[in-house]
Amino acid sequence: MRYKVMIQFIALAAGLMVLLNSCAPQIPREALQLPPESFKQRQLQSRQFDTDERTLLSASSAVLQDLGFVIEESEPAYGLIFSSKHRDATNPGQVIGAFAVALLTGVALPVDRDQWIRISVVTQPIVVDAADPTKSRTAVRVSFQRIVRNDRGAVSRQESVVETQIYREFFDKLSQSLFLEANAL
Amino acid sequence: MKTIGSSVLWCPAVLLLMIVGCAPSTRQVLETKESEVRLRSIQSRIFDTPDQNKTMRAVIATLQDLGFVVDKANESLGLVSATRLSSYVLKMTVSVRSRGESQVLVRANAQYNIQAIEDPEPYQRFFDALAQSMFLSAHQM
Repeated sequence: MRYKVMIQFIALAAGLMVLLNSCAPQIPREALQLPPESFKQRQLQSRQFDTDERTLLSASSAVLQDLGFVIEESEPAYGLIFSSKHRDATNPGQVIGAFAVALLTGVALPVDRDQWIRISVVTQPIVVDAADPTKSRTAVRVSFQRIVRNDRGAVSRQESVVETQIYREFFDKLSQSLFLEANAL
Repeated sequence: MKTIGSSVLWCPAVLLLMIVGCAPSTRQVLETKESEVRLRSIQSRIFDTPDQNKTMRAVIATLQDLGFVVDKANESLGLVSATRLSSYVLKMTVSVRSRGESQVLVRANAQYNIQAIEDPEPYQRFFDALAQSMFLSAHQM
């Protein structure tokens, strides 16, 4: 009787181990596949400017500084600047909602507290004219991401920022910055 | 009754031993499922171009197309690293090295949440996207 229970238990434990091993989540198919909307995304995140790569990179770093980002990495040979900032993520609507739920049910829901915003700026020369940089043309692509943490210290969301308006405003600031750089302001 | 009582004690003890008896988590430092040779072959492709810089710029553009933010780059070592944030965290490092006079070797390795990706398929998808952006075909090593 005793051995029977033991054998049953060992079989159960072995089954559990196999289950645990095979439960390791697999990478989803879409993770490294070009999404159908990749062309649209690229258009949203890219602009071209009539200037050389070096000038565009330095104007971009100035915009990032204007916006309070800390530049964490730069490699002009590949046209890359990566920067990030740590900011508040409190959403009044969410706080009021959580308060109402707590009042009604006595259960306190977590609310967003802070966020890390990450951005990479990547330039790509299209026309290079070393003699006259104003005849050069350079493309730039920026991508934003953010990681939001709640008041319990857990990550509540991690995502790419896809709001059209945010990219539009960034490029407006970039063209202003290029103007300021060109006029040495 | 006695037998059942003692097996009730035995069961958690054996389970505990099985868990404790597993490799310590420091094993993870050097842990891989595949051999180095197999991993390199899964993670590498050769392209017929001598231009390292152009290849790396294509790698960066591909990573951006795939929704990554490129957060590290070093030209002298030919390395970039990037992160994709979704319902999961996907991190990738890609290196580009010249191979002879007329070719470059591109190697990528990726991490999905807390796991190394060691299946060939995700890398194949990445290199397909890269080949598309380079207008060149990727050769296996």
